Amino acid sequence: MAEQGVAQVWRRIRTIYNVLGNKCNTCGKHYFPPRPVCPKCRRKGQLEDYQFKGLGKIYSFAIVRQAPEDFQRQIPYIIAQVELDEGTRLTAQIVNVNPEDVNIGMRVRACFRKIKAFGSSGVIVYGYKFEPTMKVTGHDE
Amino acid sequence: MSRVAIIGVGMCKFGELWELNLRDITLEAGMYAIFDSGVRGKDLDGVVIGNMSAGRFTGQEHLGAQAADIGGLGDMPAYSVEAACASGGAAVRQAYMAIKSGEHDVMLVLGNEKMSDVNQSEAMNTISVASDWEYEGMFGATFPALYAMMARRHMKEFGTTEEHLALPTVKNHANAVHNPWAQFQRAVPKEVVMNSGLLADPLRVLHSAPVTDGAAGLVMCREDLAKKYSDTPVYIEASEQRSDTLALHDRKSITRMDAVINSTKSALKEANLELDDIDVFELHDSFSIGEIILTEDVGIAEKGEGGKAIEEGITEIGGKFPVNTSGGLKARGHPVGATGVAQIVELALQLRGDAEKRQVDGAEKGLAVNIGGTGATSIVHIVGR
Repeated sequence: MAEQGVAQVWRRIRTIYNVLGNKCNTCGKHYFPPRPVCPKCRRKGQLEDYQFKGLGKIYSFAIVRQAPEDFQRQIPYIIAQVELDEGTRLTAQIVNVNPEDVNIGMRVRACFRKIKAFGSSGVIVYGYKFEPTMKVTGHDE
Repeated sequence: MSRVAIIGVGMCKFGELWELNLRDITLEAGMYAIFDSGVRGKDLDGVVIGNMSAGRFTGQEHLGAQAADIGGLGDMPAYSVEAACASGGAAVRQAYMAIKSGEHDVMLVLGNEKMSDVNQSEAMNTISVASDWEYEGMFGATFPALYAMMARRHMKEFGTTEEHLALPTVKNHANAVHNPWAQFQRAVPKEVVMNSGLLADPLRVLHSAPVTDGAAGLVMCREDLAKKYSDTPVYIEASEQRSDTLALHDRKSITRMDAVINSTKSALKEANLELDDIDVFELHDSFSIGEIILTEDVGIAEKGEGGKAIEEGITEIGGKFPVNTSGGLKARGHPVGATGVAQIVELALQLRGDAEKRQVDGAEKGLAVNIGGTGATSIVHIVGR
């Protein structure tokens, strides 16, 4: 399938391994994934790479019970929109917590995980998931 | 300026049509519309077809040429348009613009999708490409999960309940009992909806439109030609389309769809109508939370009150603003590319007084909202007689 291309993952490695987005120096808005054009400033925009801190809170979430083949081994899993401290939202799995303990507003931090494999012999996609912050890691609970 | 008329409507019966292929169902809907209209093949001067993903669902692309070919329509322009779940609405709008521009006079408009030729898992994958595949689907956000996140947020912000989530399904199934083209012509009690299997909490199987094979068709023409063919033409009084961010997480709010709000406002303005003038609605209920949000976004209910409005019966047949008299996507079925055309078929039948047991008395104006993805495309049509 088209969406299982090796290059399609490879060319995004920097972005999805690091939560690397960009920031418009004209309006100050942060983007993830990095945007080629600032929709607010367009030709007046000045975009530069921005490394997100990887901290945020859960904006909304769902517990996925039926999933396509690549995710079937992970069912049930939590998918959430995380609102990063920079104000940008992204979509990611939440791990290291039971589904019944997740709630909107929960503090989370990015962690590096295996996302999925393309079939039994395809590329393994790595990238960000999020987990609850813990005092032991120096974050507020 | 002259309006655009709808002079013929048709569909195939929606369902899991194992014995038929994409061209069979498309031909059936197209011929039905042509016979209904009174035009002959030689009167048509173009075909537009809306389809989301035949290449992935069936392996076939180039659907414009295929549609003209199977109907024996021969040497005429045939266009294919795609806007995910709004592909059907996009086809209607393309024909509207083509006729309005003067380039075409009488056109066949089709929408189709054959979804049951792939397994459930592959169908799910294909639907998710209507969202931002690289940053939503790739990370495990299924299409139901995206709508589930809207639902959870709506519940938190406005106190919408699990009971509210069940109500669009109950209403739409009750309506579909009287629609001979619907996939599910049977009522479903609220308790059954509320106890159906979970897809992505808080959304359940019976909150979700099914996998459906189906096609729908219209014959549209210049206003001055309409009476030559049909005694009961209806007219497109407004056609509007808006876009929003492809990814749901890029929206300011996920409990409303700005593209719907803006396209509806523009359409009412274009038709010089108020919401109160609309007698019948087709709102895109791919998930029940979608109907709740759209009930608010078109203005039937205040923001956050969509569930309550449905509970009060305002959107039932006989209510002030009947929504999804056809059964909607939930019970009529949701063959993705056909849906936007099927919505207009229902409105035309209602305005003509041909909707039989689901008829809204004296309906004169109808409004359809067709959504692509999680609201990245909204196409609104107002039809009047």
